[in-house]
Amino acid sequence: MRIALIYTRLRTEERMLLDAFEEIGTSVTVEPVDVRSEVFDLADAGKWSGYDLVLDRCVSLRASTTISRVLERFNVRTINRADTIEIASDKLQTSLALEAAGIPTPRTLVAVEEAGALDAVEQIGYPAVLKPTVGSWGRLLARVNDRDAAEAVIEHRATLGSSAQQVHYIQEHVDKPGADYRVFVVGGEPVAAIARHSEHWVTNTARGAKASGVAVTDELGELSRRAAEAVRGDVVAVDLFESPESDPRGRRMLVNEVNHSMEFRNSVDTTGVNIPLLVARHAIAVAEVEKATA
Amino acid sequence: MSDTITANCPECDATVTFAKAPLNGEVVRCGDCSVELEVTNADPIALEVAPEVEEDWGE
Repeated sequence: MRIALIYTRLRTEERMLLDAFEEIGTSVTVEPVDVRSEVFDLADAGKWSGYDLVLDRCVSLRASTTISRVLERFNVRTINRADTIEIASDKLQTSLALEAAGIPTPRTLVAVEEAGALDAVEQIGYPAVLKPTVGSWGRLLARVNDRDAAEAVIEHRATLGSSAQQVHYIQEHVDKPGADYRVFVVGGEPVAAIARHSEHWVTNTARGAKASGVAVTDELGELSRRAAEAVRGDVVAVDLFESPESDPRGRRMLVNEVNHSMEFRNSVDTTGVNIPLLVARHAIAVAEVEKATA
Repeated sequence: MSDTITANCPECDATVTFAKAPLNGEVVRCGDCSVELEVTNADPIALEVAPEVEEDWGE
């Protein structure tokens, strides 16, 4: 059995995964492939047909979406699937998938022009949160507290942003009472959770939030399992937070987003769960099924 | 003979030690100056200061 681990930069997570495969030590051959210099022939799978599974760990979204789609055309199974990558990497698509699955998520409005965007912010009320539909690590999120700020952010997006940023994705600001949560889901099972605390309203560890391990409660586990299923995710991290009791709709746990290429380097010690080992085991299990049915 | 794998940081010239043979594109941090480095060639090892985060990077 052969598995390729594809990457554009080999970070700590990818090294941990390679170590995990080595630790399992079965007859699986795992080959790290730096895809930056690869060429893909759309008429010929070439070497890729020799892999039972390709584990995507590209930090570049462009690489992940492109390659997973090409490999799908040759029936080469990827983790995650191309659909999952496309849905999870786009906040609009994620919101649509969560809403369709009946999963509680912050109220979100979308507009395609500046005029509609300002109206959407006014409908949401202040403060409101404006996000680019594509982006990660908390980049370019804006919380606007009044109409002046909303007009400025919307105008900047329309003038300076790429076309993707001109989809105005506007969300209610949830004044979360404490931490927010991240649940790691592997093969449909919520395996570990962390709570993230920050003085800043953006509780992203890439932005300096502090993480600690917490139990996967029934509520966290169930919502995360459903969120992963909504995006057909094999290996995803689900971000959640709770609204305060004072919220007009009461205290609720909400799914905020789903991450298709999760980072976990700081979550193994904090949770006591060997996340890369679980990912490697799941990848091997999927590859075995693929090999058996090929 | 020691089998420790090392290279020099292009930023501060400190010795960077690898626990395992590095791979192309591997990212490491210099223990002395803390700059993030990328392995641009695995054998012989060549290191460069890692690029800034690009717009489509993320998780």
